[in-house]
Amino acid sequence: MKSFVFPEFQIIRDEEKCGQCRGCERQCAFGTHTYDPVADRLISDETKCAGCQRCVIFCPKHAIVVRPAPSFYRPNASWSREKLDDLKKQAETGGVILTGSGNDKPFRIYWDHILLNASQVTNPSIDPLREPMELRTFLGAKPDIMDISAGDGKVEIKTEIGPNLMVETPILFSAMSYGAISYNAFGSLARAACKSGTYFNTGEGGLPKEMRQEFGRCAIVQVASGRFGIDAEYLNCAAAVEIKVGQGAKPGIGGHLPGEKVSQLVAETRMIPQGTDAISPAPHHDIYSIEDLSMLITALKEATNYEKPISVKIAAVHNFAAIASGIVRAGADIIAIDGLRGGTGAAPKAIRDNVGIPIELAISSLDRRLRGEGIRNRCSIIAAGGIRCSADVVKAIALGADAVYIGSAALIAMGCTLCQKCYTGKCNWGICTTDPRLSGRLNMDIASQRLANLISAWSHEIAEMLGGMGINALESLRGNRDHLRGVGLYEWELDVLGIKGAGE
Amino acid sequence: MARAEEVNGSGSLDDAPASPREVEIDAADQDTRALNDRLRELLLSGVEKVVIRNVCGQRYIGTRLYTPQHLKMDIEIFGTPGNDLAAFLFGHKITVHGNAQDGVGNTMDAGEVVVHGRSGDVLGFSMRGGEIYVRDGCGYRTALHMKEYEDKRPVLVIGGTAQDFLGEYMAGGIVVLLDLEERGHQANFIGTGMHGGVIYLRGAVDGSQLGSQVGCSPVDPSDRKVLDHYITRFLERLPEVGLSREEIINSPFLRLTPKSKRPYSTLYTY
Amino acid sequence: MPRIRRELYSKEICSCSIFGAMNQGGERFNAAGVMRAIANMHVRGNGLGGGFAAYGIYPHYSDYYAFHLMFTGKSMQDRLEAKAELEELLCHKFDVVYDEEIPHEDESTMIDPPLIWRYFLLPHKRGEEEALSDEEYIVSKIMQVNTKIENAYVFSSGKNMGCFKGVGYPEEIGQYFMLDRLYQAYTWTVHGRFPTNTQAWWGGAHPFSLLDTSIVHNGEISSYGTNRWYLEMYGYACTLQTDTEVIAYAADLLMRRQRLPIDIVAKILAPPIWNAIDRMNQSERKLLTTLRMVYGPLLMNGPFAIIIGQTGRMIGLTDRIRLRPLTAARRGDMFYLSSEEASIRLISPELDRVWTPNGGEPVVGELNNMRTVLQ
Ligand code: SF4
Ligand code: SF4
Repeated sequence: MKSFVFPEFQIIRDEEKCGQCRGCERQCAFGTHTYDPVADRLISDETKCAGCQRCVIFCPKHAIVVRPAPSFYRPNASWSREKLDDLKKQAETGGVILTGSGNDKPFRIYWDHILLNASQVTNPSIDPLREPMELRTFLGAKPDIMDISAGDGKVEIKTEIGPNLMVETPILFSAMSYGAISYNAFGSLARAACKSGTYFNTGEGGLPKEMRQEFGRCAIVQVASGRFGIDAEYLNCAAAVEIKVGQGAKPGIGGHLPGEKVSQLVAETRMIPQGTDAISPAPHHDIYSIEDLSMLITALKEATNYEKPISVKIAAVHNFAAIASGIVRAGADIIAIDGLRGGTGAAPKAIRDNVGIPIELAISSLDRRLRGEGIRNRCSIIAAGGIRCSADVVKAIALGADAVYIGSAALIAMGCTLCQKCYTGKCNWGICTTDPRLSGRLNMDIASQRLANLISAWSHEIAEMLGGMGINALESLRGNRDHLRGVGLYEWELDVLGIKGAGE
Repeated sequence: MARAEEVNGSGSLDDAPASPREVEIDAADQDTRALNDRLRELLLSGVEKVVIRNVCGQRYIGTRLYTPQHLKMDIEIFGTPGNDLAAFLFGHKITVHGNAQDGVGNTMDAGEVVVHGRSGDVLGFSMRGGEIYVRDGCGYRTALHMKEYEDKRPVLVIGGTAQDFLGEYMAGGIVVLLDLEERGHQANFIGTGMHGGVIYLRGAVDGSQLGSQVGCSPVDPSDRKVLDHYITRFLERLPEVGLSREEIINSPFLRLTPKSKRPYSTLYTY
Repeated sequence: MPRIRRELYSKEICSCSIFGAMNQGGERFNAAGVMRAIANMHVRGNGLGGGFAAYGIYPHYSDYYAFHLMFTGKSMQDRLEAKAELEELLCHKFDVVYDEEIPHEDESTMIDPPLIWRYFLLPHKRGEEEALSDEEYIVSKIMQVNTKIENAYVFSSGKNMGCFKGVGYPEEIGQYFMLDRLYQAYTWTVHGRFPTNTQAWWGGAHPFSLLDTSIVHNGEISSYGTNRWYLEMYGYACTLQTDTEVIAYAADLLMRRQRLPIDIVAKILAPPIWNAIDRMNQSERKLLTTLRMVYGPLLMNGPFAIIIGQTGRMIGLTDRIRLRPLTAARRGDMFYLSSEEASIRLISPELDRVWTPNGGEPVVGELNNMRTVLQ
C-alpha cells in the first residue's frame, strides 16, 4: 500500500562539505543513508529518518542538517499534522500507534510556573562553597515517636526503625529494565549510582548475575507484573525492592518486550527462553485489591527477612492519593509516584498522551493527603516523571517529595535525543536496543562518567539554591511550600499545589 | 512463642547436629510473623524437618527461608495454611495435610509442594521452578504466567480440575489436570495469551473453552512419557487417591500448546 | 479547599475480609464463633472498620421495623440535637413502640463512638403517602433522614434483624456491642475493613443495609460512577461515599422493588461476557442480551465478593471473572461463606463440602422452613 504519510524530517547534505566517508550510512540503524557508487554520493531516504541527530553529530565534516520537514498540510487547529499522520498510519496498518519516551504534548508544566525564594537581610543566605550543605536523605518508614530508656548516663533506643535507604543526594535513577535499555546503558546507570551514593532501579528485567556482587548494594530491584528474573537471590542481593504497579507513561496497562529484543543475555537475566515475548500483564494477577497488595508487600518482606524497604510505584492518576494512602497502610515504606510526563521504552501513544496527571500536582496532593491522615512519616515519597533540572528537584521536594527519580534526564546525559523511537530497538545512541552493534556505541566508562557528572552538577546547584534560601540541610526543604510562589496559575492550581501566588 | 518439642535428636538447638533432626511446633495462637520467625530460626540452627500442627490461616509459610548458604528444610503442615504458601520458595519441601488457600507457589523458584486436599485461586502464579501436586481441584487463574528457563521447568499436577483462566499468559512449564473424578473440565478462557509451556488435560475440552492463542492436539508417545513420569510421582505422594497409574494413564489426554511464541506481534503499527 | 462544587463525588476505596454463617435449620446462635473467624483474617483489615448483620435477633418485635440510628457530631450536644430532630420526625411519621440505646461496653475502648440508638416502629402514613407501600414509605423516610438531618444516620432498618458496625477491628466491634452475649441469630454476616483513608466515620463501616437486605463487600467497583448515576434516578441518595452502598441499593431496586429472583439479579450485577453470551442457545442469549441492554448501568464492574443477607437467606456472589476470593462450605445445617477457608475451619474443623463458587454464580443458603423464624 502506498503510504500517504509525510516524512517527518528533511535531511540536507552540503555536497561541498561531504567527503563521502559513508559515516552517516553506518551510523543510522534505520537505514536512512545509502551510498550510490555510480554517482559517488550519499542519498538519504527521509521517510526512514527518526530525527535522532546521530549522523549530524558524528559527521566528521559537519555536512548534514536534519530538521523538521517544511511541507505541511493546510493548517488546521483541530487537525494537527501529528493527528493526520497518525490516522493515516492506522488506516494503512490497522494497528495501535506505539511511541517511546515521555508525553510531548503541551500540558502545563508547573515547574515553570513556580518560583523559588531567597534570603535577603532577615536571615542570611549560606555560601555552599564554604559552609556544610547536607543533601543526605533516608528513604523508608520512620516511627512517629522514638522510645528511649535513659539510665546511668546511657541512652538506649527502644524503638526499632525499619530498614531505610540512605542517599547522598535526593536523585535516584528511575526504573529502566535491561532489555528495554542496553546492557551498557544499564551498567552505566549502575556504576554511576554506586559512584554517586545513590541508587539505580533495575526495572522489571532482572539484574544480571555478574552485576549483583558489585552493584547490588545500590540497586532497587523491581517486582512487576511479569515477574521476570525474580528469585530469592535477586531480592536479597539488592538494597530495596520495588513493586511496580503503574508507570506514568502508561498507567493501567502492561507492556511487552518483543521477542526480537530478548537476546541470549536478556533471556538469561529475565529467566525466560530466548526470542519469546516477555509479556507484563496490565495488573499483577495476584493483586486485585489493596489487601492483596498488602499481601505481596508482606511476602516480599518475608522473602527478604524484613531487611529491605519495600517501595510501591504507581502512576499519578485521578484519585491516586487515596490509593497511595491505602498503600502506606498496606505496609509500603516508600511510594514512588510517576507523573504524566514520565518516559517509557514503548507505550501506545493514545495512553501516553492522555492518561494521568502532572507530577507537580500529584506530589502536593499526596503529601497533603498523607499528612492529613497522620501517616506521612510511615513512608517516603519519590517523585518521578518530568524532572528536567536541579530546580525541578528542589521544587519537588518543597512540594513534599523526599527524593526524585530521573529517567529521561539520565538517558539524555548518555546521549538520548528524545527521538521517541525506543520501541523500535534501533536506538542509534546505543541506549534503547539490544543489538550488540548499536549498544557497543555506548562506552560504559564514558557514559557512567556523564551520569555521575550530571548528579554532581545538579547536587551543586541544589546546594546553591538551598543556600540561597538560608537552608543547609535538605530535610528543611521538604514540604516547605513557604519557599515557593506561583506565577500565571489559576486559583485552583495554587490550591492544589498549596502555594501562594508571587507577591502574595 | 512457639512450643518446640524435639522429636528426634537431643540437646539444645545450638548444638550443631550431625544427623537430620525433626522438630514439631504448635501454630495455634501464633501469628504469621511469629511462625515464620520460628521457622527461620530452626532452619538456621540446622533443623531439617519441621512438623507444624494447628495451622490456621498463617501466610507465607516457606517464604522467609532463603539463606545465602541455600539451607533446605522439609515442612509438614497440619491444618489450613494461609495465602501465599510457598511464595518465592527456594528449594524447600512443603506437605499440607488439608486444603490450601489462594496463591500457593507464587513466584516459586524451586522445591516441592504437596497438598492433600484442594487449593484456591492463583495457584502457581509466575512459578519458575519446582513441583506442586494437589490431590483435588484448584480455583481460578491457575498457572497464570508460569514460566520456564533452561533447566528450570515448573510442574503442576492437579488431581481434579481447575476453574476459569487456567494457564493465562503461560510462558513455560507443565500443567497436568487429571480430573480423577471425571466431572469434566468446566473452565473457560484456558490459555488466553499463552506463549509457552504445555497443559495436559485428561478427558475432553470444547474449543470454545480455549483462548484463541491455544492449539489443541492429542498426546503423542513423548507426551505419554512425560505424563507417565509425573503421574507416577503424583501417586507416590498422594497414594490416598487409590488409583493405579495404568488406570489414569490409559485414558485420552489432550495437549494444549501455544500457537505462537509471539501472541501479540501484529497489534501495533510500525 | 473551597472547591467542593467541582468534586462530583469522592469515594473511599476499600477492601477487606468477609464472613457469613447461617443455620439453615433456623437454630439461632451468638456471635462468638463468627467473631473468632473474622479475627483470624485480621491482616486483611486495618482496624478502620468492622461490622455485623444479624438475622432473627428481635423475635419479640418481629413485626416491627427495627431502626438502628447513629448520631454523630463532635460534641454530645450535637448528637442530642440530631436525636431530637430525628425523634420529631419519627413522632410524625411513625408509631414507635419501643426505643433504647443499643447496649455497649465502655466507650473509652473505641475511637470516637457515636450515640447509637434503636427504635422499633411501624409506618404512620397520612394523606398522599397512604398510597405508598410500607416499604416504599420507609425507604423514602430513610433517605430523608440520611440526607436532611445532619449527624443522624439510619444504618439498619429491617424487621427482626439488625446491623452493628463501627470503627475498629470487627472483633472489637463485636465486643463493644456484646454480640457474643446479647444476641442470637440464625444468620450472621461480618466484615473487616481495609479502607484507603482514615476518616474514622462509623457510618462508613459495613454492612450497608436497607430494610432487611444487608451487604458486606470486599473489592472496588470501577463502575461506581455509572451505577450511582443510574440509581439516583430511582431516588437512592448515595451519601456514604462508598461503592458498597450502590450494591445495597441495586439489590433493593432489583430484588425488592422489581421482584427479580437472585439468579437474574446475579446476571445483572455480574453478567457473562458477550463472547459467552454469543455462544448460548437462542433463548438464553436473548435473555442475557436483554438483561445487559436494560440493566447495563448496574453491571458491577471491577473486583468484588459480597455476602447479601436477607430474611431467611444468605447469598454469596463474586464478580464475573472472580477477582476477589470467596470460599463456601457446608456442615450439616450450617452454611458458611468466607474470604479464606482457614476461618471456616477454625470454627468448624470438619466440613461436609468446601468449594470455590464460580464467578458471577450466586451461592444461596435458605432456611429449610421459613416459619421457624417468622413465627
Ligand atoms: S558522515 Fe558526513 S561526510 Fe561522511 S558521508 Fe555522511 S554526510 Fe558525508
Ligand atoms: S533512547 Fe534512543 S531511541 Fe529512545 S528516544 Fe533516546 S535516542 Fe531515541
